[in-house]
Amino acid sequence: MTAQATVAHGARGHLSFARTWSGGIGLVLTVSVLFIAIFGPFLAPHPPAALLGAPFQAPDSAFPLGTDILGRDVLSRVLCGGRTVVGYATIATAIAYVIGGSLGLIAGYTRSLVDPVVMRVMDVMLAFPPFLFLLVLTTGLGTGPYVLIIGVASIHVPGIVRIVRAATLEVKGRGFVEAAVARGERRSAVLRREIVPNITGTLVADAAPRLTISILLVASLNYLGLGLHPPAADWALMLSENRPGLTIQPWSVAVPGLLIVALTIGTNLLADAVARSRGTSIDRELIAR
Amino acid sequence: MTPRPILDVSGLCVRLANGTPVVEGVDLSLEPGRILGLVGESGSGKTTVALALLGYAKPGVRIAAGTVRVGDEQLVDRSERDLRRLRGVLVSYVPQDPGSALNPSARVGEQLADVLRTHSLPAGQDQITAALGRVQLPATREFIRRYPHQLSGGQQQRVAIATALVCGPSLVVMDEPTTGLDVVTQAGVLKEVQRLRRELGVAVVYVSHNLAVVQEVSDDVAVMYAGRIVETGPTAALLARPRHPYTRGLVASIPDFLERRQLRGISGVGVRIGAWPRGCAFAPRCEQKVPHCEENVPDLEAVPAGSLVRCTEWQRTPPVTSLPIQARLRQDAATPLLGIESLRAVHRSRAGDVVAVRDVSFSVAVGETVGLVGESGSGKTTIGRCIAGLHEPTAGSIKLNGGALAAQASKRPRAQRRQIQIVFQNPQDSLNPRRKILDEISRPARILRGLGRRAAEADAVNLLGQVQLPSSLAHRYPAELSGGERQRVAIARALAAGPSLLICDEITSALDVSVQATVLEVLRTLQAELGLSMLFISHDLAVVASMATRVLVLESGVVREQGDLERVLAAPQDQYTRRLITAAPRLTSDPSGLVPETAEASGPEHG
Repeated sequence: MTAQATVAHGARGHLSFARTWSGGIGLVLTVSVLFIAIFGPFLAPHPPAALLGAPFQAPDSAFPLGTDILGRDVLSRVLCGGRTVVGYATIATAIAYVIGGSLGLIAGYTRSLVDPVVMRVMDVMLAFPPFLFLLVLTTGLGTGPYVLIIGVASIHVPGIVRIVRAATLEVKGRGFVEAAVARGERRSAVLRREIVPNITGTLVADAAPRLTISILLVASLNYLGLGLHPPAADWALMLSENRPGLTIQPWSVAVPGLLIVALTIGTNLLADAVARSRGTSIDRELIAR
Repeated sequence: MTPRPILDVSGLCVRLANGTPVVEGVDLSLEPGRILGLVGESGSGKTTVALALLGYAKPGVRIAAGTVRVGDEQLVDRSERDLRRLRGVLVSYVPQDPGSALNPSARVGEQLADVLRTHSLPAGQDQITAALGRVQLPATREFIRRYPHQLSGGQQQRVAIATALVCGPSLVVMDEPTTGLDVVTQAGVLKEVQRLRRELGVAVVYVSHNLAVVQEVSDDVAVMYAGRIVETGPTAALLARPRHPYTRGLVASIPDFLERRQLRGISGVGVRIGAWPRGCAFAPRCEQKVPHCEENVPDLEAVPAGSLVRCTEWQRTPPVTSLPIQARLRQDAATPLLGIESLRAVHRSRAGDVVAVRDVSFSVAVGETVGLVGESGSGKTTIGRCIAGLHEPTAGSIKLNGGALAAQASKRPRAQRRQIQIVFQNPQDSLNPRRKILDEISRPARILRGLGRRAAEADAVNLLGQVQLPSSLAHRYPAELSGGERQRVAIARALAAGPSLLICDEITSALDVSVQATVLEVLRTLQAELGLSMLFISHDLAVVASMATRVLVLESGVVREQGDLERVLAAPQDQYTRRLITAAPRLTSDPSGLVPETAEASGPEHG
C-alpha cells in the first residue's frame, strides 16, 4: 500500500472518546468515584472517627451503611476515606511519570553514555520484587504517607523509563524529527515539539494500568499497616479493619472495596478510550506492539 | 481457432461486510500461455481481484456476485475444502513480499516438498530438483538446505515462484512480484516469467502498479480504477494510444530516462472505497468530462484498435503528447555550491561496522540538479544525510560555498543550516502528526530566518501556493492530507528556510505514479523559479533522469560513474551502469503514439 490509502482520521473533538460505549462507562465510573473521594468529606453526616454506636450495627435510618468494628459510621468513613488512597496513588504515579518520563526521554534521545547507564540502573531496580522493596523501604524509613508515595513511585519508574525510551527511539527516526534536527532546533525544542506530543497517546494507555497498580499498592500497604495507621479513615484500611465483621455487617467491607474496584475499572476503560481517540497513527503503532 | 480460455471471470463483485463495493462488475478472460497485466494505483482493487481469482477474499470483504472459472472449476462459493484442493494445483499465487511469504523456519527444499505433500504428490529429490531448475536455481544439496534469510531477494522470489509452479497449475496469479526488488533483479524475474509461460504454457495474471513493467511482461492489459476495469486490450496497442483519460494520464505520468519529457500528473487524488461517485468514478479528475459522466457509470465500449474502454467520450481523448524538457536555466557551472571530497561514512551496529560510503567526491554547482542513483544499500541516502548534518562522516570533507561544514547540524552556524534543506522519503513520517500544516511550514522561517510569527505564517501560506496546494490546507493536520499533498507540504517546509541546496531523498518512491508526476513537476517549476541547486536521490533511473542534469551512479558506497546525464545514459562507461540501464523497465514509446507537442501548444519557455 502506498501513502494514498490514508486512513481517515477519527473525530478530533475533545470528548469524542466519551461517545464510545466503554469510554462513557469509564468516564462515569471515574468521575463518580473521584467525586466521592474529593467532596465526600464535606457531605459526611458524622466525623469519621467518632464512636457513635455498637460495633457492626446493620444499616438503619441513623447509619445508612451501618457501623464498623468500633461503632463508627461506615457512610461517613467511606465518604472521608477516598482522599488518601486516590490521592496518594495519583501523586505517586505522577511523580513516577515525571522522573521516569524524563529519564526515558533522555536515554532514548541522546546517544551518549547516559542511555546504557540509566538502563542498567533500571534493570537493577526491576530485579527487586516490589513488595520486598517496599518492606525494606518501610523498615528503613518507617511508615507514613511520604514513604508510601516514594515507595510506590519508585516501583513504577523502571517500567516507565523503558516504555518512554522505546517510544522515543521509535519517533526519533521519523522524518519530521530529523527535519527539526537538521534545521538546528535546540534539543529541548525537539523533545517538546516533535517527540513528546507524539508519544503521549502511548503514555496515556500505559498510565491507566499503572494508576490501578498504584491504587492497589497503596491499598495493600495500608491494609498491611505499612502506610496509614488507624484511626485514619481510608478505604483500604477499612477493608482490613472490618474484615472480622464481614459476615455480620458486609457493607463495611463491600462498599470501600467496590469503590476501589470501580475506580480501577473506570480509569482503565477511560484511558483506553482516550488513547484510541486521541492517539496519532504513531501511538497506534506503538500501542499495537 | 482460439483456444478455450483457461480463466474466465464474469461480473465479479467484491463488497465489504456492510455492502460497500470494493470491486464491481469485473470481466476477465485469459487463454493458456498468455500474460494479463492487471494495472492500477493504490485503492483500485487490483489485489482484491487477484485474490478473488483463487476464490479468496480478505477478512472483512466477500465475493458478492459473479463467477470465476479456472479450467473446468468454478471457484466462487465453493467450500474451503474444495478450494484448498484446487489452489496450488489449478491456480496458484505469488505474493508481493517473498521475504514474508516463505516460512522463515523451513529450508528451501521443505518449502517445496510441503506443497507437494499437501496435494498428495510425490515429493522426492527429483521433483524438488526439477522445481528449482524451472526457475534456474541450483538444486545443490547446499542450496536446498538453506533457509529463506540465507537467500537474496531475487532468489527468494524465485523460490516463491517455484513453489507456485511446483504442482503444475494452469494459472499463476502474481501480485506485484518485483516491487520490492532492485531493477537488475526485477529484470531477471520478468525474463523468468516470460520464459516459464513459454515453456510451460501456464497463464499468468500479473498485478502491478508499474505500467512499464506490465508493458514489458504482458500480452494484454486491464487497467483498474475505483474497483472497475476502465480499459482493457492488447498491451502494445492500448499503451500506444490509450483511450480512457485515466490510462492516458497514467502513461503521461511515467518518466522515461531516454526520452526525457515533462510529466503530466493527474490532478486530484484517487477515490476512496465507500466514496465512489454515482457516475464515472474518474469524472471528478477528468479533463474531458461532459455532464452525463456524473450521471451514469459508462459501459465498456469497443475501440477499433481492439480495446474496450469505459468512457463514452473516448473518441475525444487526445494522444499522449511528449513535451521535451526545455533547456534548463543557465547554470553557473563555474560557481560550485557544494563540494564533497573523499567522503566516507560508516553505519555502526552490534554486528560490526558497515561502510556505507567509500571515498565519494563530487560537487554541485549553483542552480544545478545532481542525481544520485543506486539500489538499496548503495549509500545514496547516507550521503544525503551527511550533507544535511544528520550522519557523521568518518572521513572526508563537505564544503558549502568553500566553507567547511561541521559534521552535525547543531554545530553549524545558522546561515549554513538555512542553505541546506532536506525532504524525506516517507510521506507518513515527514510531517509531525500533532502540528497543523501552517505551524509545520512556518517553523523553519522562524528558526532559520528569524521571522516573527505573523511574517512566517504569511510566508507559509505563500509557499502553499507555490507548491500548488490550496491555502485552506493551512489549518489541517497531516492525517487529513494524501501522501502527495504531504510531500508537497514537506517541500514547502524546506523552501521556507530559503535554501540554496535542496536534498530530495526518494521523495516520490512511496507515491502513486500519477501523484509522483505532479510532485516532480512542482519541484521542477520551483527549481527554475528559485534557481535552487538540488541533490536528487532515487533508486529510479527514470525519475532521476527527468530531474537531473548530472548523475552519479552508486554501488555499495562507491561511485561507479559520474557525468552529464545524457552522456551517462547514451554511453555508459561502467559495467554496473550499463546493467542498470538495460534492466530499467521503459514504457517504450511507439512513434505513432507519442506525438511531439508543437511549440505553439507548449508555449514559449525560457529559463
